[in-house]
Amino acid sequence: MIDGLSVTLSQAGPLAVDAAFVVPPGQTLALVGPSGAGKTSLLKAIAGLVPATGRVQIGGALWLDERGAVPAWQRRAGLVMQGGGLFPHLDALGNVMIAQAQRDAAAAQALLAAVQIGGAALRRQPAELSGGEQMRVALARALARDPAVLLLDEPFAAVDRPVRRALAALVAQVRAASAVPMIIVTHDLEDAARIADTCAFIVAGTIVEQGPAAAVLGDPASQLNQWAGS
Amino acid sequence: MIAADWTALRLSLLLAGAAAALLLPIAVLLGRWLAITNWRGKPVVEAALLLPLLLPPTVVGLALLVGMGPGTLVGRAWAALGGGQLVFSFAGILVASVLVNLPLAVQPAVQGFRSVGDDLRSAAASCGLSPLRAFWRVELPLAWPGLATGAVLAFAHTLGEFGVVLMVGGGIPGETATLSLAIYDRVQAFDLEGAVRLALLLASVSLIAVTLLFLLGRKRD
Repeated sequence: MIDGLSVTLSQAGPLAVDAAFVVPPGQTLALVGPSGAGKTSLLKAIAGLVPATGRVQIGGALWLDERGAVPAWQRRAGLVMQGGGLFPHLDALGNVMIAQAQRDAAAAQALLAAVQIGGAALRRQPAELSGGEQMRVALARALARDPAVLLLDEPFAAVDRPVRRALAALVAQVRAASAVPMIIVTHDLEDAARIADTCAFIVAGTIVEQGPAAAVLGDPASQLNQWAGS
Repeated sequence: MIAADWTALRLSLLLAGAAAALLLPIAVLLGRWLAITNWRGKPVVEAALLLPLLLPPTVVGLALLVGMGPGTLVGRAWAALGGGQLVFSFAGILVASVLVNLPLAVQPAVQGFRSVGDDLRSAAASCGLSPLRAFWRVELPLAWPGLATGAVLAFAHTLGEFGVVLMVGGGIPGETATLSLAIYDRVQAFDLEGAVRLALLLASVSLIAVTLLFLLGRKRD
């Protein structure tokens, strides 16, 4: 049995991906790269939302190999999509409860309280919530299905600086409290340094560099830093 | 109003209500399929769907009259099911109304299901919702305004349907003579006053139906 998340994907178009990595339980991989590098596609491939070729294994559960793929809805992947992807017809509480295997309003409220959403905000629909609040609800929703892995796609992209810092602290808190592997997609090296244990640099669907976050981010000669400096 | 007018009104409401009710599930299935499929033949289906709106009612009516006649496969199948003769019957004008109003019901449904978007379908799957549960809990509530719009448009349009109902139904009192045909009969009989009265009645019922739709829309906003 493999501990944590093990991903080996290799496929040509339409979504070209060439990536192999392992994220141990309780650790975070930052996926960094330019726009259009395939970061979102890679997350979606792990979550089963796009067709993929290769192998995805989490703990004892095999989600993808050459024999077939487990459908997305049966993979316990807690996904926070870009912009949150909240259901516009449901309030904050409803958005969390829809992801629960067993409807439990008290548990959903506790999850929302942990991301500092409570009181009247519980009954607000996404359009009535700020960008930061939407991401908090999306995070609570991702946790609501008791995920085996957390996948966060640019969770801080649509919010301003102070909110961004608060959200990053929240994500760090979630990671500390949870023993699941986590992947966070970002193009911000500060976020990557703050949150991640390991860091992978992806260009045109291919992971060209990976290693401990401190080593990759701290090395001025790394391809990632070369790109960031250019 | 005379008894025949009330019968015509009842028949029109029954026809419009039944057509809208039958069109709703068809619009759900066809609208969702058209919204998400990448099938190459989709433009042909979309074009065929618009045909009843493009052709004159006499052509559509003639096609249905010939296609559903007692000697045809459809006509024989209906008779074998114990339905009797399909043309010149209420069932016949109901089938005709459903077919003629397909574009009015399906197009808003397509827009409704398209508005759900791939992102929310992905979000539903990543929340652990099976395709069926995702349909009930996410897609249907979000596409509902489009479906309701289509059903009300089909209802109102069926109320005013004339050419096709005349061709397929023949205007048999109590069976296929709807309100719009009764108006025509009044004009033919030089009873303009009666015709205007029925026309105002028809316009009022249509106006009420569409106003209800807008009120429903405003409540949602």
